[in-house]
Amino acid sequence: MAKPMIYNDPPVAKNAPIADEVKYTTCYMCACRCGIKVSLRDGAIRYIEGNRRHPVNRGVLCAKGSAGIMQHYSPARLKKPLLRTGERGKGEFREIEWEEALGIAVGWLGKIRGSDPKKLAFFTGRDQSQALTGWWATQFGTANYAAHGGFCSVNMAAAGLYTVGGSFWEFGEPDWDRTKYFMLFGVAEDHDSNPIKIGLGKLKRRGAKVVSINPVRTGYSAIADEWVGIRPGTDGLFILSIVHELLRAGKIDADYLARYTNSSWLVIQDEGAADDGLFARDNEGAPLAYDRKAQKIVSALDPSAQPSLAGEYKLADGRRAVPAFTLIAKRYLDEQYSPEVAAVQTGVPVETIKRIAAELAHVAFEQEIVVEQPWTDWAGRRHEKMIGRPISIHAMRGISAHSNGFHTCRALHFLQVLLGAIDTPGAFRYEPPYPKPIPPAIKPAAPVSSGQPLKGSALGFPQGPEDLLVDEQGDPLRIDKAFSWEAPLAAHGMLHTVIANAHRADPYPIDTLFLYMANMGWNSAMNTAETMTMMTDKNPETGEYRIPRIIYSDAYYSEMVAYADLVLPDTTYLERYDCISLLDRPISNAEGAADAIRQPVVKLDRDVRPFQDVLIDLGTRLKLPGFVKEDGTPKYPGFFPDYMVNHERKPGVGMLAGWRGANGGDSGIGGINPNQLDRYIENECFWETGIPHEAHYFKPWNAAYLKWAVEMGFLDKPEPIFIQLYSEALQKFRLAARGHGTVPLPERHKARVEKYFDPLPVWYTPFEEEDSGSEYDLHAITQRPMAMYHSWGSQNAWLRQIHGENNLHMHRDTAARLRIEDGDWVRVTSSHSSIVVPAKIMDGVNPHTVWTWNAIGKRSGAWNLDPDASEAKRGFLLNHLIRDLLPPKDGYRYANADPVTGQAAWYDLRVRIEKAAGAHENSQPRISEVETPPLPNRPDILRYGKRFRPKAKV
Amino acid sequence: MTALPQQTGKQLGLVIDLDICVGCHACAVNCKEWNSGGVAAPLTDLNPYGEDPLGVWFNRVHSYETDKGGKGTTVHFPRSCLHCAEPACVTVCPTGASYKRAEDGIVLVNEDLCIGCKLCSWACPYGAREYDYDAGVMKKCTLCIDKIYNENLDPADRVPACVATCPTSARSFGDFADPNSDVSKLVRERGGYDLMPEMGYKPTNKYLPPRTKNKPGDNAHALVPMMDQPAGFLGWVDRMLSSQ
Repeated sequence: MAKPMIYNDPPVAKNAPIADEVKYTTCYMCACRCGIKVSLRDGAIRYIEGNRRHPVNRGVLCAKGSAGIMQHYSPARLKKPLLRTGERGKGEFREIEWEEALGIAVGWLGKIRGSDPKKLAFFTGRDQSQALTGWWATQFGTANYAAHGGFCSVNMAAAGLYTVGGSFWEFGEPDWDRTKYFMLFGVAEDHDSNPIKIGLGKLKRRGAKVVSINPVRTGYSAIADEWVGIRPGTDGLFILSIVHELLRAGKIDADYLARYTNSSWLVIQDEGAADDGLFARDNEGAPLAYDRKAQKIVSALDPSAQPSLAGEYKLADGRRAVPAFTLIAKRYLDEQYSPEVAAVQTGVPVETIKRIAAELAHVAFEQEIVVEQPWTDWAGRRHEKMIGRPISIHAMRGISAHSNGFHTCRALHFLQVLLGAIDTPGAFRYEPPYPKPIPPAIKPAAPVSSGQPLKGSALGFPQGPEDLLVDEQGDPLRIDKAFSWEAPLAAHGMLHTVIANAHRADPYPIDTLFLYMANMGWNSAMNTAETMTMMTDKNPETGEYRIPRIIYSDAYYSEMVAYADLVLPDTTYLERYDCISLLDRPISNAEGAADAIRQPVVKLDRDVRPFQDVLIDLGTRLKLPGFVKEDGTPKYPGFFPDYMVNHERKPGVGMLAGWRGANGGDSGIGGINPNQLDRYIENECFWETGIPHEAHYFKPWNAAYLKWAVEMGFLDKPEPIFIQLYSEALQKFRLAARGHGTVPLPERHKARVEKYFDPLPVWYTPFEEEDSGSEYDLHAITQRPMAMYHSWGSQNAWLRQIHGENNLHMHRDTAARLRIEDGDWVRVTSSHSSIVVPAKIMDGVNPHTVWTWNAIGKRSGAWNLDPDASEAKRGFLLNHLIRDLLPPKDGYRYANADPVTGQAAWYDLRVRIEKAAGAHENSQPRISEVETPPLPNRPDILRYGKRFRPKAKV
Repeated sequence: MTALPQQTGKQLGLVIDLDICVGCHACAVNCKEWNSGGVAAPLTDLNPYGEDPLGVWFNRVHSYETDKGGKGTTVHFPRSCLHCAEPACVTVCPTGASYKRAEDGIVLVNEDLCIGCKLCSWACPYGAREYDYDAGVMKKCTLCIDKIYNENLDPADRVPACVATCPTSARSFGDFADPNSDVSKLVRERGGYDLMPEMGYKPTNKYLPPRTKNKPGDNAHALVPMMDQPAGFLGWVDRMLSSQ
């Protein structure tokens, strides 16, 4: 044997310079908007890391964010504007100059604006500049505007905003540093990404208990101390059975309910009357309560009152009224909410429900938290300390994307409120600018005639039937039917219905569909294959497409591009300015308000333009009000960065809250600062300001918070915000179904409105399960992988090595029953369609549920991937199985959506599964290959970073 | 065959907390990103946009289930070079390309000497070696040697990329030769363990097991219904209210 060789350790280049330039900006690899530090060498990206000072991510960065280099240098990036030359859907285009592209768009849009502006349907997908896009729609004058919230998580947002005046993720967060018991409902790995991971790490290190309620034990559920593998769509019943247990045992925070919620407000009990179920009010409109000490009815807003939560009282007019809490107690003490009933539906054992209820009660009331911080409430009462209930909850799409999601999300907040666990130490906490009045005071604006701007925002929060957008027959005024009787509280619009409705000219035909970053030709559409057909379908009489014109903006060659007539190519997130505004989707946290910008960190090397610049350019060329000065010259000649600084919504309130005022000394409200962007860039592209310590908790009722929020421009008045456990707004819609009011309500909608506009949370079987029949015996849902965000990541050379194909996962016992083995190809059939996909067996899944990763499957030829890429061959979408419309009922077809908000009910899907006959290598259906427009060659070998390799000095 | 140093000064390595790893792949991708421009650059990707992409990764995360059946768990397991005290990948190397640094114990490959024979990858039981087919040499985790000592960086940034980026802070970096270092303390306090100790390679990196101690709510008493109160719950609720 040879003698071992001994060498001196060779020199290693361990001290080489990394960057010749460092720039900070904001990540956009998902929606979470973490701060990033980008190291550059010779203008190329060497390294992207988390910004340690940034309030969202505190220096960490997820897999997606770390793969930003590959996103930026992707060969799927579009190079130049494209004009369709072949038939729609084929991907045949020619490159055109921007001047021609903008001229075409202005021609189409100008004609629409001059005749019937609602014939422009302008919808954005994963957009983070809704403050601009929404304002543009208003100035253009089309009510047919929304972003993607309708198919994302509007149930979560609306239920929160109609109940507590805030919600999870962007409007509130768990008290990560103090919570002792954390419940995570459903898939939430994507929203929000790093803050939840940071929080989970804290909880586990502190020894807090983490309970995951999720049909699938992946991701965060894997590290939970307890996994509850619930049956999909039954979370609402699970929560309300816990409420049942807590009420039965008297384990509620009665003082909290009496002080901070409408539990004591008297509800009129006068069956048949136009105000039955509304709050009894005094002459000033203040709600009434019964003062148990004075033994008389008083204003519920009188801070000296000692209101009763129980009993029945006679109003001055002789009618009966009861405190809202009495209705709550009666409702949920009923046996239909008992753990025994819930166990049958949810699959969660009775003893588990009872134990979790007991644990919640124990932690809330035996392990309360006291923070020695005096504070003063809205009525001037000083409190020496802050008492907290260290229970918190987070949920997102998992429970949101069901047809019973609105009520389930409301039930979640109910549970937190009953325990006194809203904005108390250890509990859920609001993030400014939330809490807001319940619901927020913005109402959706109605369509207008030609040449006029809308009278307000296209989206808003109806407070009763009078705020709906319906005509004299009670039929929808918007193309997506948002804010109609079909979906009265559709606060985020209904992007998922636009193409089907426009195709059927229901309620009317449109002229142009203008989409931004919304992959409606693929994974963002329900009923994908038919949606693609709708976009290519022609009217045989005219030979014209039924959706006459489609304009699309995207940075990449996504599946949707092939369906556009005109493509306006966007930049990557590292090539442009962006504005993460408090007027839009805030990035604040519970102890401070924050906003941020993006700045270009690399130079453009293609003939593409930031979409926001293009939108401002179009607005200017169309001479929309607000985009041009009185003399007709552009108001924002510097485009988006100009707008970010100089646009004001009202005096002193602009897109960015930091460094306002001529010298940059103002926060929140202040004059225009021409150097504002420089100040942001100096501060690593974000701004944050702390909330005063005495205002850290009890925000809706805390005088110091209310004062601060008014100073910052977040609230108009320093008035308390009372949690609306009992929803008078919902009851107003129900009264309409009972024949009251003046807004026409077509007969066919009445029973539906009556049933689902219950002023208290209810649980009902999701529509698909109720309608599809027992032959479809399994739930089919998707989960979000943490390393892949929608279809966006598929062209990413690194991320696709982690998630390049997907399987249908099922429980071992389910597979055995169906005689399916690991790796078999299975046919999955819903009441709508059928797919053939590879199966994978596991244990950590509810036995009545199958699941796969979301949006892995790709159309062959899209994204500049090899047409034989695994994403296109084996990868698949569940979307093909999901209806966009429910089966006809009395000749009418509702959207497959929540009846209150119109949220797309993705997770209602029911299927049956069998082993697929024959041999398979590809998943089915395989949609035809799409042509590739002029794009860069995709390399066979990627040696990224080779030129950065440092050489050791010998 | 290549000799090991008699002893190393420092013994640098990682502690990975399996109680909080959510399997997000942040460590794997940030590692790939840093090292794509580092001393072992590039981390070549073959067929990056094709049917079967194959790239060099120094850190990979595996998610799997244990204990089949209802009581099972899902484990997320990040895997990278363990910088063993007695690494077979070094002793097996016929050219001296694989070596363990005397200064800090980091196991590296000197690409100038590597002949791409892959003996080291056969010898490593942890699967931590990554062959770059394009360059024809073996590559592996460098513990970010070009980052942890780099005076061009802020001192707080002088930790391996996987540690800096981990969103749950499941990863720690330090010197195991120092019994008072944070990593040494963590291993003592949490019962950190070696992977496959029976192989005798004495891995430096340690893994921490799930925390199993009592959790809030564990000793909660069953809830007692109040229905036997005279007027039931509603007759009683107002008495719960404190007078203000």
